[in-house]
Amino acid sequence: MMYSYPDHQGHFGQFGGRYVAETLMPALLELEAAYREAQADPAFQGAIDYYLQHYVGRPSPLYFAQRLTEHLGGAKIYLKREDLNHTGAHKVNNTVGQILLARRMGKKKVIAETGAGQHGVATATVAALFGLECQVFMGTEDIRRQAINVFRMKLLGATVHGVTSGTATLKDAMNEALRHWVTHVRDTFYVIGTVAGPHPYPEMVRDFQAVIGREARQQILQAEGRLPDLAVACIGGGSNAMGLFYPFIDDPEVRLIGVEAAGLGLDSGKHAASIGAGAVGVLHGNKTFLLQDPYGQIEHAHSISAGLDYPGVGPEHANLHTLGRAEYVSITDAEALDAFQALTQLEGIIPALESAHAIAHVMKIAPTMDKGQVIVICLSGRGDKDIHTVAEAMGVEF
Amino acid sequence: MSRLQATFAHLRQRGRAALIPFITAGDPDLATTEELVQALVQGGADVIELGFPFSDPMADGPTIQAASERSLAAGTTLDGVLQTVLRIRRHTNVPIVLMGYYNPVFHFGPERFAREAAAVGVDGLLLVDLPPEEAGEIRGFLQVAGLCLITLLAPTTPPARRRALAAQAEGFLYYVSMTGVTGVQQVDTAAIRDEVMALRRESAVPVAVGFGISSPADAAAVAEFADAVVVGSALVKIVATFGASAQLLPEVRAFADSLAQGIRGGGG
Repeated sequence: MMYSYPDHQGHFGQFGGRYVAETLMPALLELEAAYREAQADPAFQGAIDYYLQHYVGRPSPLYFAQRLTEHLGGAKIYLKREDLNHTGAHKVNNTVGQILLARRMGKKKVIAETGAGQHGVATATVAALFGLECQVFMGTEDIRRQAINVFRMKLLGATVHGVTSGTATLKDAMNEALRHWVTHVRDTFYVIGTVAGPHPYPEMVRDFQAVIGREARQQILQAEGRLPDLAVACIGGGSNAMGLFYPFIDDPEVRLIGVEAAGLGLDSGKHAASIGAGAVGVLHGNKTFLLQDPYGQIEHAHSISAGLDYPGVGPEHANLHTLGRAEYVSITDAEALDAFQALTQLEGIIPALESAHAIAHVMKIAPTMDKGQVIVICLSGRGDKDIHTVAEAMGVEF
Repeated sequence: MSRLQATFAHLRQRGRAALIPFITAGDPDLATTEELVQALVQGGADVIELGFPFSDPMADGPTIQAASERSLAAGTTLDGVLQTVLRIRRHTNVPIVLMGYYNPVFHFGPERFAREAAAVGVDGLLLVDLPPEEAGEIRGFLQVAGLCLITLLAPTTPPARRRALAAQAEGFLYYVSMTGVTGVQQVDTAAIRDEVMALRRESAVPVAVGFGISSPADAAAVAEFADAVVVGSALVKIVATFGASAQLLPEVRAFADSLAQGIRGGGG
């Protein structure tokens, strides 16, 4: 049977939905209607294709990581090079789509939340390209960790609002973006950066990111003449993973593995593994797995990677987990740092710490696989932004 | 007839609007909440809106965010709030509506919540982030228990949706007076008067107006065209200011009294 989620109310099985204040409901219904119209309009799809090709630099290569493969001595490892996109990560695939939709809807102002700053930069970039006013909400803890991305957004003309409430990280930035949106909903388009939030965002962001998996599918068929045995991606909210997985969902021979952040270890209480160690709940407009206490209060997430430091996960991942169609594992900060160095030294590619989680899991399982088997990893972003964090972890001072 | 229906019927006979103050339960602690409700009733409150705290209050401004944080820091749980309502019921019959976000209720269990809330004397439930489209998973349990699920309407709600939601409303309708979060801007009564009047014609239940009402004068202006006036952040600020001091209860009672005077047109 063909996979077809979400339903018409935005539910992925028991997950997803639209858990928002009434003030936002009409905006979400309007957004959904506008998205359906745009989906059916070849001119809209044509515009996305044009900017993805000429501005973002797609298709991104599917690169055979020969030395990493030889080093591990097992399955053949291919890297889907989202790190080579303009702005350095997969995030821009989505911001191109959403901002073209915002223009189509006549919205002149966009807002975004950001954790590591990658989505904020990608939104500010495309807003600059189209001359839209852009405001980005970012936790002050993340502003400290990602100072360069903050300056980059400002150079691009965006206003960056520091968010001090709660834990001053991504979840609080999203709260504040929602508060701003509810106040300015009539003229503002909210560009959500991952496959979470109220319907239609999880579906829409997946669709915009699915270009990753569509290209990878074609490229691996060309390179190997068959589909991969494994597709692996890191999971914060889960947009790069959903983008890679979606075009393989109806191919049961392709195992899908999402890698969450285990931080200091699942037993430490300091991690971001919502599926691995969370429970079902409702936050930020959707029902999904969340890190929370026994009373339904949201708990702090922890990961060395700011982009994975979120106490929830996209509702479609929650559903794929429940259906058993995708598997979810986790990788600690220390394992991610080892993988970061391994890929850098073996392939001359500095991965984002987020992507290093996916690499780390493959480093565990590739040696147990046959040499004839094939793995595709989504290398979701480049690691330039993480140099300071890695140096700090290695005890290096500049 | 339910406590809510009886209260609104009584007020309609008297020809005046209801005063609905909001406080966050557990701010500064649940024992004080019990006393605050009594002070509000003595000051003239007709219905009490009791907020239960959530870690991520996305529809609230800084004042109620801070109240939620204080309440959680004091160890408030939904179970504790229900036990507090049980104690409040020893002193007063005032209708009590619990207000908050869905996740604590979802975690408590919708069925268990409906049963236990009704048993302690809660009259209604208002969930900021549970629009009618998602309310199916709790509505049936609340109906069985005899609890109202209060519907929110906003200035952005289009007329057709407004009519559909008004038709299925229970208890009272809560009209959010502005696009925004709680306690930041001031209500523009001229801008919402026609909308509220239209809503009252379409609705079988009374229409309450909230957000941005912070003074007796605001309350009086809104009471001219609404069935009920909700005052939240202005009151929560007083609780924050006086905290555990002996002045807290007299200050809260005096503020409620000034709002009630405004609504009854006797404040001038």
